[in-house]
Amino acid sequence: MNLTLKVWRQGGPNHKGKIETYPAEDIPEEASFLEMLDIVNERIITDGGEPIAFDHDCREGICGACSLTINGVPHGRESAITTCQLHMRKFRDGDTIWVEPFRARAFPVLRDLVVDRSAFDRIIEAGGYISARTGSAVDANATPVPKADADEAFEAAACIGCGACVAACKNASAMLFVSAKVKHLGNFPQGQPEAKRRVLAMVRQMDEEGFGNCTNQYECEAVCPKEITAEFIADLNRGYAKASLEETLG
Amino acid sequence: MSERVSDTPDARIPEGPIESKWSRHKRESKLINPTNRRKYEVIVVGSGLAGGSAAATLSELGYRVKCFCYQDSPRRAHSIAAQGGTNAAKNYQNDGDSVYRLFYDTVKGGDFRSREANVYRLAEVSANIIDQCVAQGVPFAREYGGLLDNRSFGGAQVKRTFYARGQTGQQLLLGAYQALQKEIAAGGVEMFPRTEMLDLVVVDGHAKGIVVRDMVSGEISSHAADCVILATGGYGNAFFLSTNAKGCNVMAAYRAHKRGAYFANPCYTQIHPTCIPVSGDYQSKLTLMSESLRNDGRIWVPKNKGDVGKPAAQIPEGDRDYYLERKYPSFGNLAPRDIASRSAKEACDDGRGVGPGGLGVYLDFADAIGRLGKDTISARYGNLFQMYEKITGEDPYTQPMRIYPAVHYTMGGLWVDYNLMSNVPGLHVLGEANFSDHGANRLGASALMQGLADGYFVIPATLPNYLADQKPGSVAADAPEFKAAEDEARERVAKLLGVGGTRSVDSFHRELGLLVWDKCGMARNDAGLKEALEKIPEIRESFWKEVRVPGSGEQLNQELEKAGRVADFIDFAELLCRDALHREESCGGHFREEYQFTEDDPEVSSGYTNEGEAKRRDDDYAYVAAWEHGAGGEPVLHKEWLEFEDVKLATRSYK
Repeated sequence: MNLTLKVWRQGGPNHKGKIETYPAEDIPEEASFLEMLDIVNERIITDGGEPIAFDHDCREGICGACSLTINGVPHGRESAITTCQLHMRKFRDGDTIWVEPFRARAFPVLRDLVVDRSAFDRIIEAGGYISARTGSAVDANATPVPKADADEAFEAAACIGCGACVAACKNASAMLFVSAKVKHLGNFPQGQPEAKRRVLAMVRQMDEEGFGNCTNQYECEAVCPKEITAEFIADLNRGYAKASLEETLG
Repeated sequence: MSERVSDTPDARIPEGPIESKWSRHKRESKLINPTNRRKYEVIVVGSGLAGGSAAATLSELGYRVKCFCYQDSPRRAHSIAAQGGTNAAKNYQNDGDSVYRLFYDTVKGGDFRSREANVYRLAEVSANIIDQCVAQGVPFAREYGGLLDNRSFGGAQVKRTFYARGQTGQQLLLGAYQALQKEIAAGGVEMFPRTEMLDLVVVDGHAKGIVVRDMVSGEISSHAADCVILATGGYGNAFFLSTNAKGCNVMAAYRAHKRGAYFANPCYTQIHPTCIPVSGDYQSKLTLMSESLRNDGRIWVPKNKGDVGKPAAQIPEGDRDYYLERKYPSFGNLAPRDIASRSAKEACDDGRGVGPGGLGVYLDFADAIGRLGKDTISARYGNLFQMYEKITGEDPYTQPMRIYPAVHYTMGGLWVDYNLMSNVPGLHVLGEANFSDHGANRLGASALMQGLADGYFVIPATLPNYLADQKPGSVAADAPEFKAAEDEARERVAKLLGVGGTRSVDSFHRELGLLVWDKCGMARNDAGLKEALEKIPEIRESFWKEVRVPGSGEQLNQELEKAGRVADFIDFAELLCRDALHREESCGGHFREEYQFTEDDPEVSSGYTNEGEAKRRDDDYAYVAAWEHGAGGEPVLHKEWLEFEDVKLATRSYK
């Protein structure tokens, strides 16, 4: 198939970027979207140009590195997939495809389609863990956890930290990301001792990083490749309200 | 029979019965008191299960840790892609498991080419790993009673695999990552993401630091420490197409090898039996379908060549060859990976492969769906089925999956002693990057176990054996060795940028990968390996003449990153083929066509094993091949003969 690409090119963090046009010719429809970009890059290189930079690694939808906004939608219009899992058979011959980075104030562009998502690491650093010093654990079956709680924790823990939720949100809110981690850890008995501290610290760090607030648009849930539900945001808000009230009252 | 004289450094295997070696070693190991620990600086390269868990744990103990990874976040290390599970000798199922059985299965699964003491220790600490991960909040699968669930993996007759749906690697890695972030917040770990190690710095014979490139600014700099830990994964991408992430590379390990570290058993590569088949020459990587699928999926090909073009549904039961169940009735579809892969190749070589090009076999869930219902199968494997559907456009609930073997894991790696220290004092190697515990074939659900065992439990106990004799901070990054290594790294970058050819880095990587897959893949022989050894230098020569690396070194430059890695893969591939050529036997993943059982062997006529199975030559090859980068680049072979005291050396049979 033959396509036209409109791609965001930006030389570096402080450069001005612009959209450039590239033909993508003779693309096999079995190819993935990233393989299509590989083919285009191969031609750019042999023609003497500089290839399009984009983040990617596992190419099987789990590492969370790939981060393209395709035709205005993070990870493209197919539901429940990452960019690397999108295949060209979902496009039509002759299509024009717009390819841009995940855009948010807290995700500055490093080059072309590559953005800096280290703000997510700093949010986890603030409290997205259970402090369990290596070697201090009791037997794994000492504390039974109801299956439903464990399953729900897993649904939240499935987050791959790609940032599509932020890129899709008009407020660039990271509430889905934060709520998923708070939910995951809070659903286990061993997550309880730090629960209040965790929710306060993570939300405050999120604000500090320049992410916006949630205004219930549900765009995050719609683009999440792991189908994480926005209901966790409601839980997060409740947990945060309770913890900050208790903090105020002492 | 060769004379069995080891000429590798002492592996420091503790004395005494195998059950007490590790506790004895811990008892006799040196200690560093908590106040003094903070005086020591430790470099950890890699942030996957092994590196992440080591960095977090060493920081908890009080060491000052610098951790480096090429990814934009430590959470993206490739351990994240492991699907099926992690083994532990917990015997929660009451089905007769024990530390000894996990040890025995692993030694046998590795085709008797691993070090007994290391494997026993691995089996011993496996149980602690599960406890640790549950304490961190890893959401393992549970039963309705709230206790942990298990499933089976290849090469075992018990259920000892702990799992979190098809995303066990992700969940374990996030546990280690969160522990790491906790330590970063506490100030014990300084993290350097998007930073690639370009060289190891050796001062007075000791590993004392590394040279790195900041992948955003392009700045090349040095970091000194009291010791260096490499946890940089495997070299499967030498084959270009593999299940590894695109960025996985051998650079750190190969640079260390060039600085003196022995590379052990590079020819032991694991070809995983169940991956989505190659569909075209544009393809950039292969996708694994977890071994756990073989708990419920049945593998088959048509009995008759005439049926290969027909839809699966039109081939009646009687005309199907469930070849693993036929050949290995005790293990059936859960035969170990090397054996399942070779059987798939045999069926396809016989003209009975299915799908495009005849390079595929069926993995069929119809029976399991009929017996358990679609919902149960979906709960067990839903994300894997979805992944398959996204890639192939076919629905595995209604038609069988098509699968074919692909390069997945590498058992070879840098040689280490019982303390996980290489022959270069101070250089420690963890996880897939060491030659480790899996011998010539790794059993399923053992990679996660090993990475975490090394990082959480082994290195924290063994590192003081080296550090206690070192004066902390004795070497600084302004030592001349650092300057020299930095200059070399800068020259290499300049050289790559300056070739000024017309071919892309990928085109060379593909060419190399095809050659290595063809001559040193699932089956190897003398003539093919010699041919590869003639062609690899030709690829190297044209690489350094014709490659085009656009852009500059002072910016984010993905082509430059790839070029450095591919240049090392080319050099490394030669060592891989050299090792495969020298090992004139078949064992585990290393199958030399010249060495297989035939109908004339008593083991075959007695029915103990099958014709065509791998034939080891223990008298001549029961050793670890540790290669030294000799003067002038010529590899020099050192041998560590393996002693089997607790497991009897036997022909492996899964019948």
